[in-house]
Amino acid sequence: MNRDKLETLLTRELHRIAPDIDMADVDRDGDLREEFDIDSMDFLNLVAALSELTGAPMPESDYGQMGSVNALLAYLEDRTGQAGTG
Amino acid sequence: MGTFRMPSLGADMEAGTLAEWLVKPGDTVKRGDIVAVVETQKGAIEIEIFEDGTVGDLVAQIGETVPVGAPLAMILARGEDTAAPLQPEQQAPPAKTPAVEPVTARTEEAASPPAATPAPVTGGFVRASPAARRLARTRGIDLAGVSGSGPDGAIVLADIETGAARQPAAGGAEGMRAAIAAAMARSKREIPHYYLAHDVDLSRAARFLEDTNAGKPAAERMLLIALFVKAVARACGKYPEFNGHMGENGFSPAPSVHAGVAINIRGGGLVAPAIHDTQDMTAAALMAAISDLVARVRAGRYRSGELANPTITVSSLGDRGVDRLFGVIYPPQVALAGFGTPRLRPWADGTTVDARLVTTITLSADHRVSDGHRGALFLARIGQLLQEPESL
Repeated sequence: MNRDKLETLLTRELHRIAPDIDMADVDRDGDLREEFDIDSMDFLNLVAALSELTGAPMPESDYGQMGSVNALLAYLEDRTGQAGTG
Repeated sequence: MGTFRMPSLGADMEAGTLAEWLVKPGDTVKRGDIVAVVETQKGAIEIEIFEDGTVGDLVAQIGETVPVGAPLAMILARGEDTAAPLQPEQQAPPAKTPAVEPVTARTEEAASPPAATPAPVTGGFVRASPAARRLARTRGIDLAGVSGSGPDGAIVLADIETGAARQPAAGGAEGMRAAIAAAMARSKREIPHYYLAHDVDLSRAARFLEDTNAGKPAAERMLLIALFVKAVARACGKYPEFNGHMGENGFSPAPSVHAGVAINIRGGGLVAPAIHDTQDMTAAALMAAISDLVARVRAGRYRSGELANPTITVSSLGDRGVDRLFGVIYPPQVALAGFGTPRLRPWADGTTVDARLVTTITLSADHRVSDGHRGALFLARIGQLLQEPESL
């Protein structure tokens, strides 16, 4: 899955969870949970949605690689490329 | 024939505005069906019915502000004539058991409903579809500033989507603040709180979750909060003086644990709707219920029964909070269990000190009902249960 498509997905899912935060206003390398003011339940819902949409399993043990918008996009790009779903 | 009345959705509620009927005369309803949506200070609440029957006359009109206890509709028992007219005396506020179960019977306020007959107030009400209402709420859009393109000028989903320019949240947030202010002021005025705190090692609980969640799709993964709520519910079984309601005749322990889970609302405010019969749920089922509740609170939709009757509140700060919280009890409840943000802290095990994942559990409890000694045992029991996460 290419970066643009992933970016669209991520923007949409983050908007669903944090409608008051605009993607254009956040620090894309900053802490994702701080930037969007989301808690562990919101984060789990985000991972569940992205995992379902992209087919990437996104296990808990990889959460450390999903710490910012840019990190999460790079992670998904990598995983969906490998899985051949792009 | 029964009367379906405006339920009390909290000690601070005096009236609600009927936003939507989800049934029409002649529809068959059964206990637990959602029949109407009512706008309150806490948002749009789905109202359940607590008897079986057939919908008769719809007494309240969309947009009408109806006092707690006043009739919304007539409910006919099976075989009754659907055309039976509404008798004048049935217009009056409740003299006997209401058709709706919520706190009516449990709070002092509800025992003396507003004496006035229902006075329809239509000013300020905006016609909007439920989907439009939901979206407007998530986006913080004030419906009063949106022009509707639906029937009778009703606002439909497209009106909100196209009017994408975000407005600051107006009356909603203020109404929520007023509702919290009323309940919390009453709590601090009436309830002699005492507070206890207890540090608990979460290493086992965290390891249990890691093992449980490994290989599971994200939608089935569990978070610590499910174990917290379950541990509180189990501990209530042994210490019933923390689970129930304070009424005119003193404290009544509740036979079941309806744990109110505190959920913050983006843009300000907080609600703690109940998860019913928590003690009988598996941790996995509880996790699914909490997840569903959070999603519905975020979308501004929860049910009357959920708001009305929690028997104890659980407040968890999650992973981005601080070490401990000292909660204010939500009347007529008598206790609140708080969970601080779990964090690695130095922990002595015998004479060895190492870093462990630790949370501080707090208890706010009503001194009219219990003492610190029992409170301490209750907190310690919650801590013990969290050492056996597989049994929760």
